[in-house]
Order: sequence, then C-alpha cells, then structure tokens
Amino acid sequence: MEKLVIAGREFNSRLFLGTGKFDSNEIMEQAILASGTEMVTVAMKRIDLDNREDDMLKHIKHPHIQLLPNTSGVRDAKEAVFAAQMAREAFGTNWLKLEIHPDPRYLLPDSIETLKATEELAKMGFIVLPYCQADPVLCKRLEEAGAATVMPLGAPIGTNRGLQTKEFIRIIIEQANIPVIVDAGIGAPSHAAEAMEMGASACLVNTAIAIADNPVEMAKAFKSGIEAGRMAYEAGLGVQAANFEAEASSPLTKFLV
Amino acid sequence: MFSDELRKISWEETTGKIYSKTDADVRRALSKTKCDVEDFMALISPAAEPYIETMARLSRKYTLGRFGKTMSMFVPLYLTNSCTNSCVYCGFHVSNKMKRTILTPDEIVNEYKAIKKLAPFENLLLVTGENPVAAGVDYIAKALDLAKPYFSNLKIEVMPLKVEEYAELVRHGLNGVICFQETYNEKNYKLYHPRGMKSNFEWRLNGFDRMGQAGVHSIGMGVLIGLEEWRTDVTMMAYHLRYLQKTYWKTKYSVNFPRMRPAENGGFQPNVIISDRELAQLTFAMRIFDHDVDISYSTRENPEFRDNMARLGVTTMSAESKTDPGGYYTYPQSLEQFHVSDERKAVEVEAALKKMGIEPVWKDWDQSFDHK
Repeated sequence: MEKLVIAGREFNSRLFLGTGKFDSNEIMEQAILASGTEMVTVAMKRIDLDNREDDMLKHIKHPHIQLLPNTSGVRDAKEAVFAAQMAREAFGTNWLKLEIHPDPRYLLPDSIETLKATEELAKMGFIVLPYCQADPVLCKRLEEAGAATVMPLGAPIGTNRGLQTKEFIRIIIEQANIPVIVDAGIGAPSHAAEAMEMGASACLVNTAIAIADNPVEMAKAFKSGIEAGRMAYEAGLGVQAANFEAEASSPLTKFLV
Repeated sequence: MFSDELRKISWEETTGKIYSKTDADVRRALSKTKCDVEDFMALISPAAEPYIETMARLSRKYTLGRFGKTMSMFVPLYLTNSCTNSCVYCGFHVSNKMKRTILTPDEIVNEYKAIKKLAPFENLLLVTGENPVAAGVDYIAKALDLAKPYFSNLKIEVMPLKVEEYAELVRHGLNGVICFQETYNEKNYKLYHPRGMKSNFEWRLNGFDRMGQAGVHSIGMGVLIGLEEWRTDVTMMAYHLRYLQKTYWKTKYSVNFPRMRPAENGGFQPNVIISDRELAQLTFAMRIFDHDVDISYSTRENPEFRDNMARLGVTTMSAESKTDPGGYYTYPQSLEQFHVSDERKAVEVEAALKKMGIEPVWKDWDQSFDHK
C-alpha cells in the first residue's frame, strides 16, 4: 500500500481516529492501538491545558502517533486562530484540525469562517487540516489558502449515515492536489471502504468506533475496511457493470453499417 | 419575541389534542426520523404508554449517536438566598422567616476552592434569588470574574435580565444561562408568583429572546412539574425550543424537568404529580423529538432513577449539590432551597457512572474560546 504523506510526514495507516464519546480513556487507548492509526485528533476543550498529566492525553500519547488537536467549540475564525495558538503552545505541535461550527445542533462547518481561518493559520506556519463541507469549489479555495489536506464530511457528525455526499466527494478527489480525508458520518467499515475505493486518501472515524458494543473490535474492523478499500483502489477496480446494462432491443447504432 | 408566538397557541386546545392522540399517531411519530411538536404530543400522551420500551431504545440510540457513552458533569453554587419574590412553592419565598445570606467575595472563593476538592468540576452553575439591589448584575459579574481561575465553563441561574446586562456578563466570561419558565400557563402563572418581579409572566418568557440577542452560547429551559398539567406545559416548552433554535441558531439548548414532590418544603402541595414512569416517558419523548438537546437531571432525582436514566437519554448531571448559599464551606448547615434526593458524593456518582460504562466528562469547554 502506498504511504500517505501529509506535510512531509509519512503515515503507514490511512485511518485517523477521533477520541470523543468513548466510555473510558482506557478503552479509547485500546481502540487507538488496535486500529493501527498514526493520527489521532483530540478536542482541546476536553483537555486541561495546564495539566501535563491530563488523563485523556496520557492515553493518547504514543511515539508513533501524530497528535492532532482540534478546535471543536469555536464559532468563528477569530476564536479559531486564538485557540490554535493556545493549542500549539499546550500540545507543542503545529498540526491542527480546524473545526468551526457555529451551529451546535448539526455541527456543520462554517465555510466562510473556515476559509478565513485557514488562510491566516497557514501563514502563521500551522499545518491546517480543515473540516469542511463536501463542496468542491470550497476545497479548491482551501487548497489555495494553504491547507495541508481537506476534510469534507460524508454526513453530519455522529449520524453514521455513510457517504451521503458521495457525488461531491468524487469531484473533490478528482480535482485535489492535496490529500482528501473523509471526515464525519462514516458509520461502518463498508462506508470507509467505499470512500477508499473512490480514491480518498484517508478517513477519520470516531462515533462508529466509540459507541460500538466492542470499540476495540470495531477499530480492527475499520482498519480492515480501510485497507481493503485502498488496496482495491490501488489494484484498479474492474469495469463497473452499471454502464453495460442489457443491450437495447432496438440499437441506437443500427444505422452504422 | 416568543410571547407573540405563544399567544397563537391555546392552552386548552393543546391539552385536548394531547389527550386525543391515538395509537396510530404514536406509531407515526415513532417511525419518523425527525419529529415535529405534534409528534412530541403523541409521544408524551397516554396513548404512548404501551410503547415505553420502544421509546427507551430509540432514545438510547439517538443519545449514543450524538453524545456517545459520556455524561457532562456540573455543580451548582448558590450565592444568595435573598429574594424579593414570593413564589408560593419556594423555600426562599420573601416572607419566609429565615436567615438571608449573600456570600462575600472571600466566601465565594472559599466555596470555589471547596468545590474543586470534591471532584475535578469545570462546569459551574451560579444561582441567586432575585435581589437586584444587593445581588445584581455587578455582584454576579464579580462572582464570574472570581470563578475564572477555577472553572472552564460558567453558567448562571438568576432573575431574567436585560439584553445589555446579559451581554455585559458574557464579557465577564458567562457561557450559559438557565432559566425555568416554571409554567407556560399565563392565566395561572400569577397564582404561583403573586408579587415581585417574577410575577411578570411576559418579562420572564421573553428573557430567552434577550439571552439569544445578547449572544449567550447556551440556554437552559425548564418547567416546574407540579404546577399545571405537565403534558401541556412541556409541549409549550417544545414549541419554545423550536422557536429559539430557529431564531438563535448559534445557541446550544438544554432542557430540565424539575418535579415537585409531595410535602417538599412543608407548605405548598403540588397540583400534579408525575410518576417515575411518566418522567422517563417524557425524557425519551424529548430525545426522540430532539436528538441534540442536552437533557439535564439534577440531584432532585434519586440515585437509582438517575443512574438508570443516565444510559437512556440524560446527558448532563449535577453531583454533590448543595442548594443553600455557602453550603460547601462557609455555612454547611444552612437552609436548602429544595431537598436533594441524590446525596452521594461526586466521586460516588463518578464511580457509579463508570461502572455502567459511562465516562463522566468534567471539562468540555475551554476559556480560550471566549477570547475576544
């Protein structure tokens, strides 16, 4: 499997994990390790930034894992930029998952503020991975603004509804010069496999693993789903049958002798 | 303002509608992915009683998806029991002969320190009676300033304020406001709140709009179950919630269902009693109606009921609450506003939740987000 490279760092796994909603920090850690992930995002609002011994953080930190602080909770670009600076100081990393969702119900990203903050943060030297709408034009604009990846949503956060935005993600992947990571909505390993078969660079999964009856086993299942989808993509999927359905009884090309 | 909307909804007709909901109405509501207020009425109606198990399962599913296996923890601090209102059901009633306390800044800080010794609380709720002269906006602002070194998220439960007063408190670090309308029955509201500022139904009702206009991030609502027909009251609250969500869409909402028990506070007897089963049905109905709203249970509820409901829809809980000013440190034996049923220590509640596979979340906000 081809290695994923973001901002010059290589990743052996194309599965990224979120850390919310688990029933304990111990189970979360086991799921992280079982998934084989090398990129884990954590909400800075959950971490006691003054406490180096924060219990949640203790269970995430491993030498092979890139910590990806996220700004979940901020509502505009100004708040995001300030929070990012706090995160950089507290976590000692330039990596940042930019999340700006002023709407607390569906947690949908604010495209305008996300673009503004990406521009500013990229200039300040952050490696910005913005959570965004599955909007192909926006994704190109984010790329131009200096984003390290784009992270379009498959469906609203926590819904486990899969790739509801498939048609747009297809266009985003086709047009992107930076990695496309499908974030939010992925509810089953088959959804993740589908995204990877389409050519997504990686998937970020949280709810589907955290709320499973057995999160550790589910993490392994996602690992397999991601790998299967990526291998299929790299191997070159066979001809898709849909375009070759039954020949019409009166052919359109009969006139061509 | 919501008062314009409420005027269009008849209390009597709504009550009639709820009680004429049928089995088919309940089934229709349960088959939808998004319910409207009509569906909510069906789900809280007697017709839904046979479906309580289905409702519990759905409520659990939606809660898990949105909130995961977690419980947000908070602690209330009563700053004063001084109050100019005369709510007939309340222990802090103006004419109750009792010692009145307004905590001084030093006492407030001592309370904060004492709370931090109980558990790693980061979500604080400051509560006052209504005494705008002795414990008004300046006093509350001071308490917020003093709280910042100790807590990440600050909410208040105080008298309804003006837009500019809420905005001023936001500048002092206020994150959320909780206010119970008590009842949406305008006609009878005055029977329970005969004198004082609180007797003005509309001022209280439109307080939620003023919070929204001031940009308060989080608004908590509630009706006091025990005054009027609870099914009608919570339906009005459901209308209110939908109105607020559409108007102030950046605000996060929570709902509370505080219920009065017989003989609570000695004097006032509740007009209506809601059983555990009915409160569970109401909680499930609220979750099915709104997958995202925070549902908060206080220590009014007993440990067994709270623990059971923790898996089925409740997402926010207080623990080790003292409902008297200075109860954590300064005046540990003073008179409570209401009696606490869950008297467990915060660490005991934490252990009980963990045992059930629920992670208590103490910190879910960061002060850096409030930086302007």
